[in-house]
Amino acid sequence: MKTLFNPAGSIRRRLLWLLLIGAAVLSGLLYLSVSTVARSAVETTQDSILGAATIAIAEQLRGADDGVEVDIPYTAFSMLGAVGEDRVFYRILVNGETVTGYDDLPLPDTTPAGLTPRYYSHPYQDMMVRIAAVERPVLVSSRSVAVQVLVAQTRTAQDAIVGQMANRAAALGLGFFGVAAVLAVVTARSVVQPVNSLAEAMGRRGPQDLRPVTRPVPQELTPLVAALNGFISRLSGALTRTETFIAEAAHHIRTPLATLRAQAELALRQTDDDATRATLRGVIRSVDDSARSASQLLEHAAVVYRSDQRADDRIDLAALARDIGQSFGPTADLRDLTLAVHTPDSPVWLTADRLLVETALRNLVDNAIKYSNPDGQVSIDVDQSATHASVRVSDRGRGLDGARRSHLTARFQRGGNVGDVVGTGLGLTIVQEVARAQNGSFTLSDRTGGGTCAELSLPL
Amino acid sequence: MRRIILAAVMVLAAHAATAFQIEEETLFPGTPNGRELSILSTTDTEIFRPLIDAFQQANPGVSLRYSVASSTEVYAAVHDDHAAYDLVISSAMDLQMKLANDGYALAHRSAQTGTLPAWARWRDQLYAVAQEPVVTILSRKGFAGLDLPHTRADLLSLMRDNPDRFRGRIGTYDPARSGAGYLFATQDARQSDTFWRLAEVMGTLDPRLYTGSADMIGDLQSGQLIVAYNVLGSYAAASLPPDGDAIILQPEDFTHILLRTALIPRDAPDPGLGGAFLDFLLSDQGQTLLDQVAGLPRINEAALAAEQNLRPIRLDPGLLVYVDPLKRQRFLREWAAAVVQP
Ligand SMILES: Nc1ncnc2c1ncn2[C@@H]1O[C@H](COP(=O)(O)OP(=O)(O)OP(=O)(O)O)[C@@H](O)[C@H]1O
Ligand SMILES: [Mg+2]
Repeated sequence: MKTLFNPAGSIRRRLLWLLLIGAAVLSGLLYLSVSTVARSAVETTQDSILGAATIAIAEQLRGADDGVEVDIPYTAFSMLGAVGEDRVFYRILVNGETVTGYDDLPLPDTTPAGLTPRYYSHPYQDMMVRIAAVERPVLVSSRSVAVQVLVAQTRTAQDAIVGQMANRAAALGLGFFGVAAVLAVVTARSVVQPVNSLAEAMGRRGPQDLRPVTRPVPQELTPLVAALNGFISRLSGALTRTETFIAEAAHHIRTPLATLRAQAELALRQTDDDATRATLRGVIRSVDDSARSASQLLEHAAVVYRSDQRADDRIDLAALARDIGQSFGPTADLRDLTLAVHTPDSPVWLTADRLLVETALRNLVDNAIKYSNPDGQVSIDVDQSATHASVRVSDRGRGLDGARRSHLTARFQRGGNVGDVVGTGLGLTIVQEVARAQNGSFTLSDRTGGGTCAELSLPL
Repeated sequence: MRRIILAAVMVLAAHAATAFQIEEETLFPGTPNGRELSILSTTDTEIFRPLIDAFQQANPGVSLRYSVASSTEVYAAVHDDHAAYDLVISSAMDLQMKLANDGYALAHRSAQTGTLPAWARWRDQLYAVAQEPVVTILSRKGFAGLDLPHTRADLLSLMRDNPDRFRGRIGTYDPARSGAGYLFATQDARQSDTFWRLAEVMGTLDPRLYTGSADMIGDLQSGQLIVAYNVLGSYAAASLPPDGDAIILQPEDFTHILLRTALIPRDAPDPGLGGAFLDFLLSDQGQTLLDQVAGLPRINEAALAAEQNLRPIRLDPGLLVYVDPLKRQRFLREWAAAVVQP
């Protein structure tokens, strides 16, 4: 019963219990009413046979000169044997004196009137017997004498019939309960089905899927779904506002920074004072730093926003890797680095958001170049398996120095190995975000022989 | 086979300790101090001897005391004297029914009793072991020159038309003195009005009244009777040569089938042994012995269904009606008025 009233219990189970209890109560009532009706029907039938036998005897009573003449008809008793094998007792009294039969057969409490028998049950000879009694006046020498006729019968056959009926009633009740139970299961299931299918549809949604629920739902669920939709729209509104705010903020920071940098460079060119020049270089460095931060923030905001509404582009990962390798060519040359791109000859197609993948790849290559020593080697390798395509960016730089990936992919977290390399700590956060949005995976590991290997694997 | 010593005791006077009368008591000894089965029966010892032998063979060591009494004495022994018998076998269905109805019988249920048809038992207490037609025997010589009757009506008109031939030569049971005779007469009376007309015509022809089938058959064979009305067919078939003078007639209007019934009395000292003998009687071996050797036809529903005039006397409370003393008095008075004419 705990499940029935437990607010956290299952609705289906509660419904099922209530229906089953209802069915059980109804089955019980059915059994009781059928067996009661059957019993009283059988009793009435048996009584009327008994009564008929009694009346048959009473009707054969005749007044004679020397008393009452009793002539029990053969059929009176013979018919009592029709229903079953019950013992029969009788007693005939004239003016209260037993003239024949069983003189200890119990008399009725009140004298029966007319030819309507009075029926009563009484123990007799260690058994319960049903007795019918009639009283009839008979004229003997013009005087009326009262003759009472009692016929009794044990009730073995009746009990057997009633027992049989009760068994049938029980079978009926059980059958009724069985059908009701099946119906209850079906009902409970069909009532809870819309809730289940709504829950299932919600569960199937991606983590960033913030579309409103539009599927038709039963009336009772409409308020819930309306509330849910309101909640979703508020949530996505808040998200959008946040991203827009970040993007705008970054933009608003970058523009004055660009102006500031231009003015600082102008000032640098115009002064010869060493101390002032050093200060101005410091200012330019800081401005670059800030600009980088602003653009990484913007990029991150863009990635997060896009991963909500990602496009399903067909992209060739091999071609993308080659493009990026090319675009980083000058940067690599500046640091005397060899940048090699290895891709299969055939295109590596996958369905993903081009901008997201590109952003991730750019950040990985950026890291590889940034954390490499001059004259080092950076390679970009594209591979394809049955289900996944992967791009591996490896360098021979300083390595991760024991830092854990989960730490490095957190927002604004940088490793202890950075030295004087500038950065914001958002690059790997972006990569991780892209991997998650595309249902792919990102791993970062030290290479044997020094350096780092970063691998982004995406489903085809 | 173990040797069996038979000790027959004729008890002609009243039994010393009891009020009821025993005609014959025979002890079939088993091992000393073994179990003893005592049976009270209306059937002659000789008829039951093969069954007793077979039973003792199957149950070695059991002693068997077989007592024979008339059906009214059998009833009295159980009802009034609570006599110590383990099994009571009687041809008086009405009295047996009365005993069972009044609670003097123990219930007995076994695989054997389960095979009996419903009409051959009552309340797990009363079981039919044999079914015997109630027949009329005619003397071929006595009927010379007359058409042989097929029904009671035929017989009636023959008697009416030839009173001289039948006078003093009609035999039937005296219902006042014979339990079986009373049962036959009452069942006849219940079945048809012809009975009373027959009784009246017989009454004018100076009938001879008997208490047993055997005497009646004997008198018919010796030529003193030419009609023996209502005789147990089993006795007749056993004692009459098939191609002799006697003709067994199963009246075509109706022929009652008497059920020889057994019950275990409430006061039985060893009801288990009584039940064992009852089961033996109902077993295939017992039934075959009864049928083939003892001459008491086995319980056979198909045989009854085959002939339309056969009416088994039903084991139902109707039988109690004629046991009622008032009813009995009335019936015997009417019968005497019809038959015993001044
Ligand atoms: N190829 C690499 N070799 C060595 N360390 C690396 C490499 N790539 C990343 N790291 C470590 O991981 C940290 C986090 O990298 P992440 O790209 O997120 O930040 P960043 O490069 O410092 O800043 P930015 O946001 O400008 O890229 C880095 O600070 C660095 O310590
Ligand atoms: Mg970086």
